[in-house]
This record gives sequence, C-alpha cells and structure tokens, in this order.
Amino acid sequence: MDFTLSKEHEMARTLFKEFAEKEVKPLAIEVDETEEFPRATVEKMAKAGFLGIPIPKEYGGQGCDVMTYVMCVEELAKVCGTTAVIVSAHTSLCCDPILTYGTEEQKQKYLPDLASGRKIGAFGLTEPGAGTDAQGQQTKAVLEGDEWVLNGSKIFITNGKEADVYVIFAITGMVEKRGRMTKEISAFIVEKGTPGFSFGTKEKKMGIRGSSTYELIFTDCRIPKENMLGQQGKGFNIAMHTLDGGRIGIAAQALGIGEGALERTIEYVKERKQFGRAIGAFQNTQFQLADMATKAQAAQLLVYKAAATKDQYTKDHKTSYSVEAAQAKLYAAEMAMEVTTKAVQLHGGYGYTREYEVERMMRDAKITEIYEGTSEVQRMVISSNLLK
Amino acid sequence: MKVVVCVKQVPDTKGGVKFNPDGTLDRAAMLTIMNPDDKAGLEAALRLKDKYGAEVTVVTMGLPKAEEVLREALAMGADKGILVTDRVLGGADTWATSQTLAGAIRNLDYDIIITGRQAIDGDTAQVGPQISEHLGIPVISYAQKIEIEGDSVIVERQYDDRYHVLKAKMPCLITALAELNEPRYMTPGGIFDAYNAEITTWGRADLKDVDDSNLGLKGSPTQIARASDKVRKGQGEKVNLDPSESVSYIMGKLKEKHVI
Repeated sequence: MDFTLSKEHEMARTLFKEFAEKEVKPLAIEVDETEEFPRATVEKMAKAGFLGIPIPKEYGGQGCDVMTYVMCVEELAKVCGTTAVIVSAHTSLCCDPILTYGTEEQKQKYLPDLASGRKIGAFGLTEPGAGTDAQGQQTKAVLEGDEWVLNGSKIFITNGKEADVYVIFAITGMVEKRGRMTKEISAFIVEKGTPGFSFGTKEKKMGIRGSSTYELIFTDCRIPKENMLGQQGKGFNIAMHTLDGGRIGIAAQALGIGEGALERTIEYVKERKQFGRAIGAFQNTQFQLADMATKAQAAQLLVYKAAATKDQYTKDHKTSYSVEAAQAKLYAAEMAMEVTTKAVQLHGGYGYTREYEVERMMRDAKITEIYEGTSEVQRMVISSNLLK
Repeated sequence: MKVVVCVKQVPDTKGGVKFNPDGTLDRAAMLTIMNPDDKAGLEAALRLKDKYGAEVTVVTMGLPKAEEVLREALAMGADKGILVTDRVLGGADTWATSQTLAGAIRNLDYDIIITGRQAIDGDTAQVGPQISEHLGIPVISYAQKIEIEGDSVIVERQYDDRYHVLKAKMPCLITALAELNEPRYMTPGGIFDAYNAEITTWGRADLKDVDDSNLGLKGSPTQIARASDKVRKGQGEKVNLDPSESVSYIMGKLKEKHVI
C-alpha cells in the first residue's frame, strides 16, 4: 500500500490550490453575503477544465480519474464551500449519470457542453414529500405519442436556476414487486427553456449561500421520448448509483471545509495573544489542533479510498463503491462539523463574527451532514452491508 | 510558425531562500515556480498557437528537477519540452547561460524566440538579449504587446513613461514582461498528458557551435562573491499629519538619518 500521490496528482493539486487561492478565496465572503451565484468564477473554472475532470476526452472532458476530481473539490472547499458544491453537483449528479446510463446519442449531445462548462448540470430527485424516502415521489411522467409529459415539482435543487441540463426523476407507472404495487421511477434529461418547466422559490439557506438552490416546477412539460435516461423503471437504481458517486464529491467538499478551517485556526492561534503568549502556546489549543488535524487526516484517507474505489469501478464496471462512499461522506461531514465548531471556539469572539471565515465554514459544514443522503442514511447504507 | 520559449525554474520567494555553503543558491532545497516573466512569454507563445497554429517548443537549462517547469509548460499547452542539463554547465552566469541556450536553439527551427525579461532570482535581464546576439537576430525587449504582420512582428516595448512600437522581421527574439498578459492555468487533463509526453534531454554534446570556454562556471566572467537572504525591513512608522507639518517632519527625519 502506497500513500504517496503520483507526480501528476501533486501537480494537479498545485493547480487547484493556486486557482482556489487566486480566483475563489477573494470572493468567498462576498458570495456568502450577497447569496449570488459566482458566475464569473464558474466561467473561469470552465476555461480551466474543472467542469469535466472525470469525463473522457472523447466527450470533451479532461479524461482524469475520480481522485483528481476529488482533489479539485477539496481545494475549492478549503476556501469556498459554495464553489465546491457547484462543481460537485454538476459533475457527480448530472455528467456522471449521463456518462454511465446515457445512450451514445445522449452522451454526444450533452457531455461536450457540460464537460467544457458551456452548460451547467443539476439533478432533481428530492420533493416536498420525498427526501430520504425516494418512493414518496409524486412527479409523474406520462407518455403521449413521442413525448413524455412531466407534472410535479422538485425542491432543494443545487445549481437550480443556473443550470441548463437537468437529470430529473419521475413516476412512469405502477409495478408489482413482491406482491405489492410500487411506483415505477424513471430518469429523464430535461433542458432549461422547455415549455412547462419553470422555477419556484429560491431557498434562503444557513450556508453555501451562493449556491443556487431552487424549486423546479413541471407543468405539462413535454420532453422528447428519447430524453429518457437509462431504461424505463430503472430510475431508482440510477438515482442511488448516482448518489453513491455524489457522496464522494460531498465528502471531498466536507473534507476541504474542515481542512480550510484548520488552516485558518493554525494561523490564528500563532498570532492571537492572551496572557502575554500566543494562544497556540497553551496546551488546550495544541490538543484541540492535534485532534482536528488527526480527524481531517482520517477523513482524507477515507475520501481518497472512496475515490480510488470508484476509479476501480470505472475500469471494471463491477467494483462497488457504495459503502466506501457512505463511510467517506459520513466521517468527513461529521469531521467538518466538529472541526469548524472547534475552529470558531478557538477564534473566540472573533470567530463568531462574519469577518473571520471560520464562521462561514461552520455554517457551510452543516449541509454536508444532510444533502445527498443524511448521516443517518449513510449509517443505514454501511450497516445494511454489514448485516446482509 | 515556430516559436521557441526559454523558461527558467526559479525559487518561489514565498517559500524562503536557502544557500549552499559556497554562497550559491541551494536550488534543490527550495520550492520552485516557473519564472513569472517567462510564464508571460509562454502565454504569449500559446496565444500565437491559438491564433496562427504556431508550434511552441519550450527550452530550459537547469538541474534534472527543472523538468518540472517543462511539464507545467506542456500542461498549459506547449508542444515540446527540451531540458538542457549537464554537470559542466553548472554555475553559469548570464554569459554562459545565453551561450548554452543559443547552442541548444541552433538545433531548432524558429521564427520567434521569446524569453522573459528577467528572472526573479538574478534580475539581470541579460540572457534574452545575449541569446539574440549569439544567434545574430534582432531583439525587442520589454514587450507588453505582440502582434504578427506578414513576416514581421509588431511589438509594444514598455518604456519609463511611454511605449515604443517596433517592427522587426522574423526570425527575432522578444523579451516578455509579466504585465504582457495573464497566463492561463494548466488543465487537469493537460497535466496527465504532460507526464505521458517525452521530454527531450540534451547535454553539452548536443550544443551546437559553442566553445567550452564559454560554458559553466569556468566560462562565466562574473561570479557571485556572496549571496544573502533579503534583510526584512521593520514595519516603519505611521504618522498622521497635516500636509504643512508633514514636510518638515519628513525633512527632519531625512536629516536625522543623514540622508540629506
């Protein structure tokens, strides 16, 4: 087992770090304050190839592995949780299912624009009555001639109003499963601007405030028959498999937020003086930092292992990365919450002000325990694998 | 069109400077970057590639570790990388360096050679113009804008309070300022391609029409007697005074320090 990164990965990290420090960090406070989607930054990331990192070159992507993608999200999250989730939702939740389940025509049609960042992607599964329980879906799709007609709504959609291409889940019928009638769910690709597709309210959130989180509304929204993604009735599997990958992206975001808070705290405790000494000279501070750093390191190992396992899946289309992704997200999210909370505490009163970034990081960290499967869902995934 | 860009791996001054016991820089022990003026020169070449389909070859002279800047240049979009490295070339000053680079470039076809104005570790601004002298081609230094017109280049040359517009027939050499442009980022895919690409490595024997007496430490007319880290200045003193008072305050300080 070798824990050293390759030279390529090291250079990629240097690139992501430099980009994050130069282009993203200076805007992070403003993005949070104004709750505005950082469009200019997204365009710069598109130009640098950050919106198609694990997409094969034949579809206009960078042709890199998941590990490289994860490091990108991690470095962005160290300075801005909002920017990190834009990349993660776009890549893991929209590009990835199209790449995995799309027909050749769908891949050729959508991936080059998405991978180059000319278009942004989003994913719509959650509904007012269907979060963790995906079977609670109400959105329906009915086939009329050569078109599917969508009716219903999706909530809490990341990249909501800013995206151009959406992977949407809807009920396409009822099927009998083990003697019970259950909803048959299918996946669709929906483009912005399709008549009958509109946006509802923008969510006012605690953290990742620059991320565009919207309600999507479908009212007799007609999409071509060929926009079904994967087979009819396979939507639930597509959603779950997509979320397995998405969790690695969110785990990387959580990891970066925790690491970013730790970096700032290390700087702060060296400078802040109390009782004539830097507070870093006190053993309480030192022990807190030691615990924070150890947990961040553990999270990084879990996240990188999950990325490496998904890379194995890319090669053999067999290896499962569901448990690795769940463990990485569970641990990294809880680490991020704990480390950012301690970071605020070590900053004292200053840490509670919005001038010091650890306050924002603590707010940003919370969502990583909730979206793309709560920590409780991750525990269900992990334990069901233990007890099967 | 063929463009050759000379780049140098220099210490990242943010990471602190380290010295060998003989007073020369311990390059192996320092964090390194591509010299900023050279990076602007590379970006200028890559824009010529975008616009005219130019082929961009990047040349560097240095330790084997200097290969990293060539990989970086390839990841930004350069086509070829050539590393000139040999023990006998070590300790070179600007004269020996320019002789070495000219000896390497004589093996290549080129329409334009671009170098950075100067490197942040030596700050001499001599190597570019010296290369042009050795190759017998025109040089336009301190370029802040480069355009192509037929078989000529039109360059805005930065001057103290103005700029000059100069035209030169190709082949010619241009030295670039960091202000010339905002260099592009590497792309993630470009990084992996760069590590799969082959870097050409040349030694002394590959240099064309260069005399041994002009190479390395022995061929260097200047030698560093002593080098030291920058002495950090204090924070200084901040005062808030009316304009009338401040003149006499400043004059007093200058007299006190025996400046005037």
